[in-house]
Amino acid sequence: MNAPAYNFAYLDEQTKRMIRRAILKAIAIPGYQVPFASREMPMPYGWGTGGVQVTAAILGPQDVLKVIDQGSDDTTNAISIRKFFGKTAGVATTTSTTDATVIQTRHRIPEAPLHAGQVLVYQVPIPEPLRFLEPRETETRRMHALGEYGLMHVKLYEDIARFGHIATSYAYPVKVNARYVMDPSPTPKFDNPKMDNCPALQLFGAGREKRIYAIPPHTDVVSLDFEDHPFTRYRFDAPCALCGAGDSYLDEIVTDDKGSRMFVCSDTDYCESRQLAGHRGSESAPPHKERAHG
Amino acid sequence: MTTVAELPAGFADKVLSAQSTFRSVMDAMARPGSVQRVTASVGAPAGMMRGAAAIALTLFDHDTPIWLDAAMSATPDVAKWLKFHTSAPVVADSSIASFALVGDAKNLPALDRFAFGSNEYPDRSTTLILHAESLTQGPNFEMRGPGIDGTALLQAMLQPRDLFQRLTINEALFPRGIDVVLVHDDLIVAIPRTTRLVASGA
Repeated sequence: MNAPAYNFAYLDEQTKRMIRRAILKAIAIPGYQVPFASREMPMPYGWGTGGVQVTAAILGPQDVLKVIDQGSDDTTNAISIRKFFGKTAGVATTTSTTDATVIQTRHRIPEAPLHAGQVLVYQVPIPEPLRFLEPRETETRRMHALGEYGLMHVKLYEDIARFGHIATSYAYPVKVNARYVMDPSPTPKFDNPKMDNCPALQLFGAGREKRIYAIPPHTDVVSLDFEDHPFTRYRFDAPCALCGAGDSYLDEIVTDDKGSRMFVCSDTDYCESRQLAGHRGSESAPPHKERAHG
Repeated sequence: MTTVAELPAGFADKVLSAQSTFRSVMDAMARPGSVQRVTASVGAPAGMMRGAAAIALTLFDHDTPIWLDAAMSATPDVAKWLKFHTSAPVVADSSIASFALVGDAKNLPALDRFAFGSNEYPDRSTTLILHAESLTQGPNFEMRGPGIDGTALLQAMLQPRDLFQRLTINEALFPRGIDVVLVHDDLIVAIPRTTRLVASGA
């Protein structure tokens, strides 16, 4: 037998058709979670089985794939998924945000602006924004049907009553096209404004929870807030220690057991591109260090 | 009497043709009013445009009941071709169809004959695949909605003439509604339920 043991991009054609139909409905009803018959994938739940199935259903030989995990191209999850599609679909892979046509992401939106023609695929653990407020699927489904989102505002209000501000810092709920309240997956709320009027298509896949949802390009995405407590972004008040960026989302890295820390861009591609362009931060190695040593 | 051997072929390459056709449909749905092209080489039964045949091979299977209009079911060719290539059941009741193939769009039945989905499950609706006379020439249709940066302009000869007027029910019904894919030869344009007509004219 010379036939390969699996189909192009791993999934069989019937599964792809089912996922493709779900994606089309998701695009037609922005923010609505379309149920789909999620398959078992050769990786555990929590590793992006939903995102992988969406990517497998849309990916073609012409695509250039980028995979990030918390902004990084170099973590285990990102590398294994990138290798998975390199092997099963033979697609070109990249770490560059601008060169990629399909970007699968876990918990971040790249810093570099996305452009038309790109598809951003999110890995989603819990797609239902109301799930921790109302555990019954029948009830949350009715709340979505009626557009009844008072409970979510009560939750945000309770944040204010308890902490003096909206303390939700990631998976911050948004309203899509003035209709559906949607969970943006556990991205930091720093990334929420990037979803609004984005030129790229955004697809969300939740494998364990068996839901696919989408935001078409140029769609209104509004973070929920109150007139007297407007939505605010949050980032550590520091420049990146490696590239000096003052506008990127930062990871805090503890460097010893005496309380020292450094802040670096969470988006590795953004940070590396800036360093290549000559930007330096406080912890950068001095330029041309090798040459100085002769 | 048509035998299986006389049926037109499907895709030359099932896997990659379905993938490229899906991307065209997905781009069309994500950018309403934009004209996308189906590049895959595909055989089509008499009375069915290439683009519609490619969409059928890409999205139809045993899970999707299909409704055919009078033009599509005038001869058994289309139903036989669909059955052989997709195994999709052809149903007489349009209100349970996942997809409706409409060859003679002038006589499109009233939209309430199709499934709108429910408020709980708005995805359980019928997607209309309509043959159009032209998607590059004809009266102007200016549209706005999700997927469109500002407004999108479509020049097309569409049947029925009052298509967009009929689709205004999507506004009142949302999130229930009808999504439409217009096909002319190998060109496709999607009008999802969120798209609104701003202006039209010659």
